[in-house]
Amino acid sequence: MSALLSVRNLVVEYAIGGKTLSAVADVSLEVGKGETLGLVGESGCGKSTLGRAVLQLRRPTAGKVVFDGTELTGLDAEKMRLMRRRLQLIFQDPIASLNPRRCIGDIVAEPLIITGITDKAERDRRVREVLTAVGLDADLVTGRLPHEFSGGQCQRICIARALILEPELVICDEPVSALDVSIRAQILNLLEDMKRRYGLTLLFIAHDLAVVKAVSDRIAVMYLGKLCEVGPTEKLFAQPAHPYTALLLEAIPVPDPSVKPAANVPIGEPPSPIDPPSGCRFRTRCPRADAVCAEVVPPLEEIADGQFAACHHPLSAR
Amino acid sequence: MVAVAETVRPLRRRRLPGSGTLSFIGRLFRDKPLGAFGFVICVFFLFCGIFADVLAPYGYNQISPINRLKPPSAQFWLGTDNLGRDMLSRCLYGAQLSVIIGLSAATLATVVSVLIGIVSGYLGGKFDMIMQRFVDAWMSFPDLIILIVVVSVVGPGMGPVIVLLGLLYGIGGSRIIRGAVLSVRENAYVHAAQSTGATMPRILWKHILPNVMAPVIVLFTTRVGAVILAESGLAFLGLGVPPPAPTWGGMLSGSGRSFMYLAPWLALAPGLCITIVVYAINVFGDALRDLLDPRMRGSR
Repeated sequence: MSALLSVRNLVVEYAIGGKTLSAVADVSLEVGKGETLGLVGESGCGKSTLGRAVLQLRRPTAGKVVFDGTELTGLDAEKMRLMRRRLQLIFQDPIASLNPRRCIGDIVAEPLIITGITDKAERDRRVREVLTAVGLDADLVTGRLPHEFSGGQCQRICIARALILEPELVICDEPVSALDVSIRAQILNLLEDMKRRYGLTLLFIAHDLAVVKAVSDRIAVMYLGKLCEVGPTEKLFAQPAHPYTALLLEAIPVPDPSVKPAANVPIGEPPSPIDPPSGCRFRTRCPRADAVCAEVVPPLEEIADGQFAACHHPLSAR
Repeated sequence: MVAVAETVRPLRRRRLPGSGTLSFIGRLFRDKPLGAFGFVICVFFLFCGIFADVLAPYGYNQISPINRLKPPSAQFWLGTDNLGRDMLSRCLYGAQLSVIIGLSAATLATVVSVLIGIVSGYLGGKFDMIMQRFVDAWMSFPDLIILIVVVSVVGPGMGPVIVLLGLLYGIGGSRIIRGAVLSVRENAYVHAAQSTGATMPRILWKHILPNVMAPVIVLFTTRVGAVILAESGLAFLGLGVPPPAPTWGGMLSGSGRSFMYLAPWLALAPGLCITIVVYAINVFGDALRDLLDPRMRGSR
């Protein structure tokens, strides 16, 4: 499987009151063509920033983003603008991502107008096609305004807008976390269908492990701007290597009242990313931490076939 | 392939009620009676201004020495001033001048505010910093000093007054628009447009501007009143439209003020005209703002 997207040593920093916050600190990962990579982590760990940095919506401080052989980090604004039609983004809040003053037909057709498709009949045909694909009746929805739709319908519209240019990579930034649980499955199934139909590669950002497990081929776990573990979904769930992944999995609530909640959940809040712990960033909350963890940053190393972990004391080495 | 293309029906773009001008006015009268009232008054004054030549019983500068300072009567509905000129005729002609000055200076001010505010707010960063320091510097000058200096150089008249007031209010008002843009540009739909590769003019025009229309309309309506009043201040200093041209402000601050105790109608007539027009534009502007908000459709 060749890598469609490859992120190398990416660093994204924000300046906050004279200090620097490294939201993404030296992250490298690859997404193969046709693959779905799930990116999980608690809020504030830098998953969305990573997504935005891939699209160059937030220019990274250092590192490279290579998409299909083109280095996006090196492109000037105009070349990047032309590149954008091949990469699309789906947002967390579907209602806020639709301009409240434009009707759905205009919203979905906008990417076509931006790409310079001037033939109105052609645009209408493609709008109709993509709206039908996401399960909406084009005749009923195109003249309406976003506030007339529910969250789930809005997310369908957002997906239609993202897909109308037939992109290769779609970054889904928590696409279902703002939705009702009953709607989530529908949207996830829709994304699966669309992935098959349009041959998409997905970078799926979420904090909900159940959601990520359902859609991803591989999962990357992020903590305080760094990757802890990357591995195939099955393997990662069956045999987590990094203590953080293990704790995350234990924290998934079991819908059975007789099962007691996990005992060793991480202690307290994550430390501030402005002043991260030395060495391994997870050591302050890690049950296995020792002196080495405070001094040496653990590199992301392959510990089993296709499974990588950044830990001095990985669990599977027990 | 061609056959397929022909069977595709064109999509309906707009189902929105009240997109056309006529149905918009219909909705105004149905949903916003007060706004409709303001609209009617505005139209009435516009009509008076446009047809002042026909409507006015006397010329605006027609002096009648025997009829000086006459109170309102059947012959002179709003009385006469200290030179025996008919106040009704002067108010009607005044509508012409004041409406022209009010609308054009307020329009210019709003356009200037929107241009500066949108670009400065959207771009942010260094450009915004420099632009806003310029606005700060501009606003820290007393308006009057700039007006006096410029008018004494280029000479008084309607053109300079419109341009000056437009620029003065426009640059100050850009702050309000910039503030609104700062909050709108962080909306996900703006990020969505950026991530699709929309050009900056397109984002500003299609995504930012429509969503800051509420403050833009409020700004415009308050500016119309402010400009009419500012013109009266200028007229008082002899920097406005020079007499005998009948502007409401000029009438108020000229003969109106001098003969306030002897003949109160001299101040009342133009004063009421200003009050009514400013009030009407404000309620109409409020109604307009509500009606243009898509989320308000169908509600009161």
